[in-house]
Amino acid sequence: MVNALNDKRVRAALLAAPLVVFVAVTFLAPLVTMLVRSVYEPAVADSLPATLEALADWDGRELPDEEIFRTAGMEFVALNEERALGSVATRVNRLQSGMRSTLLGSARRLENDLPEGSWRDAMIEADEDWGEVSTWLAIRRAGERFTPRYYLNALDLDRGAAGEIVAQPEDRRIYVSLLWRTFLISATITAISLLLAYPLAWLLAHARPARAGMLLLLVLVPFWTSLLVRTTSWIVLLQNQGVINDLLVVLGILADEQRLSLIYNMTGTIIAMVHVLLPFMILPLYSVMRTIPPRHMQAAASLGGSFWQSFRRVYWPQSLPGVAAGSLLVFIMSIGFYITPALVGGRTGQLISSMIAYHMEQSLNWGLAAALGAILLLLVVLLYLIYNRLVGVDRMSLS
Amino acid sequence: MDCEFHLNVIPRGAKRSRGFSRTSRRDSATSRRMTGETVIPRAAKRSRGISVGRLRIRSWARGMLASLLAVASAAAAAQTLTVVSWGGSYGRSVERAWVEPFMAETGIDVRMEDYNGGLAQIRAQVETGNVFWDVVDLTTPDAVGACDEGLLEFITLEELPAAADGSPAAGDFLPGSRSDCSGGGLVSATVVAYNEELFPGAKPARLEDFFDLERFPGRRGMRRVPAANLEFALMADGVPLDEVYRTLDTETGMARAFAKLDTIKEQIVFWEAGAQPPQMLADQEVVMTTAYNGRIFNAQILESQPFTIVWDGQVQETSGPGIVLGTPRRAIARRFIEFVSRPESLAGISKYISYSPTRLSANAMVTTHLETGIEMAPHMPSAERNMRRALNSDWLWWADNGDEMNERFAVWLTR
Repeated sequence: MVNALNDKRVRAALLAAPLVVFVAVTFLAPLVTMLVRSVYEPAVADSLPATLEALADWDGRELPDEEIFRTAGMEFVALNEERALGSVATRVNRLQSGMRSTLLGSARRLENDLPEGSWRDAMIEADEDWGEVSTWLAIRRAGERFTPRYYLNALDLDRGAAGEIVAQPEDRRIYVSLLWRTFLISATITAISLLLAYPLAWLLAHARPARAGMLLLLVLVPFWTSLLVRTTSWIVLLQNQGVINDLLVVLGILADEQRLSLIYNMTGTIIAMVHVLLPFMILPLYSVMRTIPPRHMQAAASLGGSFWQSFRRVYWPQSLPGVAAGSLLVFIMSIGFYITPALVGGRTGQLISSMIAYHMEQSLNWGLAAALGAILLLLVVLLYLIYNRLVGVDRMSLS
Repeated sequence: MDCEFHLNVIPRGAKRSRGFSRTSRRDSATSRRMTGETVIPRAAKRSRGISVGRLRIRSWARGMLASLLAVASAAAAAQTLTVVSWGGSYGRSVERAWVEPFMAETGIDVRMEDYNGGLAQIRAQVETGNVFWDVVDLTTPDAVGACDEGLLEFITLEELPAAADGSPAAGDFLPGSRSDCSGGGLVSATVVAYNEELFPGAKPARLEDFFDLERFPGRRGMRRVPAANLEFALMADGVPLDEVYRTLDTETGMARAFAKLDTIKEQIVFWEAGAQPPQMLADQEVVMTTAYNGRIFNAQILESQPFTIVWDGQVQETSGPGIVLGTPRRAIARRFIEFVSRPESLAGISKYISYSPTRLSANAMVTTHLETGIEMAPHMPSAERNMRRALNSDWLWWADNGDEMNERFAVWLTR
């Protein structure tokens, strides 16, 4: 008996194993690597061991002495000969713009013309930046193996000369405001989706089966259509010379020069994303509403409740799990949306994803991309926990 | 990511809806089987037990077969070179001017793939040691970044084929036109173009006109990146070409560039992909736009659109193919780079699209457009009469300042 039970358990575990492996390989492993990248950056520390050791005892207030200059200079030249200085240079450059050419340019000059006398003089002659304390601070900081700098950067913060945390200069503070905007746009999209989806889901759940099937098809066909196709169709519809504006002008509602700016701004992002995400609101609502017996409303009415009263006290509470599931789904998805805002967002409709994409693709600053991603992840988890407290996840997933 | 959610969500919603009765029946059957409550599943279980044994043998045999096939296909794949470029009309030019003649000459099989620029893919392949892109066409700034990061093979000038007259390649390249990891490449330009139909009277003729809302009212298209736009702003503000980057290096110069952009900010429609600006011009969504000259050329020539390029004020960028570090097909990848870097190969692209070679001796070989027979030289960014106000994009400056500029530009966008 016990054996049989064990057997059953083993078999069940085996059945689940492929999924567990799949999730571990395709989801957990990348997630963990990403989170590690946001705090761990070994490249500079591995490449410049001697320089960083020499800099460790340096006070950071006055220019390093000749000994440190020589150690660093020789290490730069050696790295450049192995053609390994470039990755160090780009990393230091992230802390101080211009360091890439300072490092690579000086190394090239020193390599051709190894200093006979003072390395300090030779390096400052090669690039005057070497005469600045901040240059050396940047190198020391870039050499930190475990570092909070990506998170600081993602929160528009930086570290001052003594290592204290300071705000970035005003014209570089972008991430916090973008995160806020992402949050606000996502909340708006969720609210609009809910307003549009609720009556439709009601209709779907309570219409006659044949008509409900038709309506459901109308919801599902766009859902199955490619995201890109739907986004570009919105461009055709909404643009300045597009279908909607043309119609308004032809009907005389608008004068030709009053055409509405419906796209390439935040409005465009919201309209297109609501359309793309609407099914994710409708389907959970629909599946919950189907399980609410119509008799409940009839009973409430027979007890003298007005429609509004019975809806508020009988129907709405029962549909709440669907509302919660749909809202959470739409909100979480819109927080990470990329293609649609990139194409129709113009200037004011961009989300944080545009910055993450830039750091993944262009600057190759995966540490910062990871930190931004981790902050989004944290927000989503927080939100989930709040929802769990308010609605209860078990209520949300089971209707 | 959107796709993943599709997969997750449909069954979830479906589970609860009667509309998907087949799914739900299967679902409940599965859950009953799991708990082992009914008799039927037991029979199913027994038969499954047997088939598991068979399955194991079969899957073992299948595994053997699969690995044999893998070995065989790997041997074949070793001779198939994967070349990655941007696709679209440019990708077709690459295929016809480089890939097809290369296959004909060497007998090496080449497979082409498209991408949208950016380095994330290459980095992922190099870091995991699973390189399946061999040669990638890169903009020079991207090539510099990838070269620094150790994602590409180094290519020295000595390895590249000689100029048309037999002199060494070193003196034959436009200065600053390639990274240490690029082969010979092409010059493209970001230019201002307008739709003729929208300017029946005076027509824009200089870069200044792009910023002149009084004489030329209407919306302007602009790529949503700082590169080229900051340069355009300073050039239009009267900064001489050779002082543009020096000016951008100062705080006041930077402020000046953004202030110039401010003057048209409310009228700018930002674009993202190279195909967008000709579309926006055709839809009359904008009256003028910055664009890549090759895209405008195609719209003019192949689609007969009434577009005109304002050559007075252009920012030239270069691109060229590089070899992904660690590719198992390194030797044939090098042969491909050698082939492409020949002056006649570089000039061959101009039969299909208006991008000029980065090699000086190749410029004389530019002839006519294959499809329409028009003379290509006047359409090239490097044609003499188009060069009167051409700025070379300084990738060294952008490598130093790109990240900071991107942040400042993003702040400016939200302001």
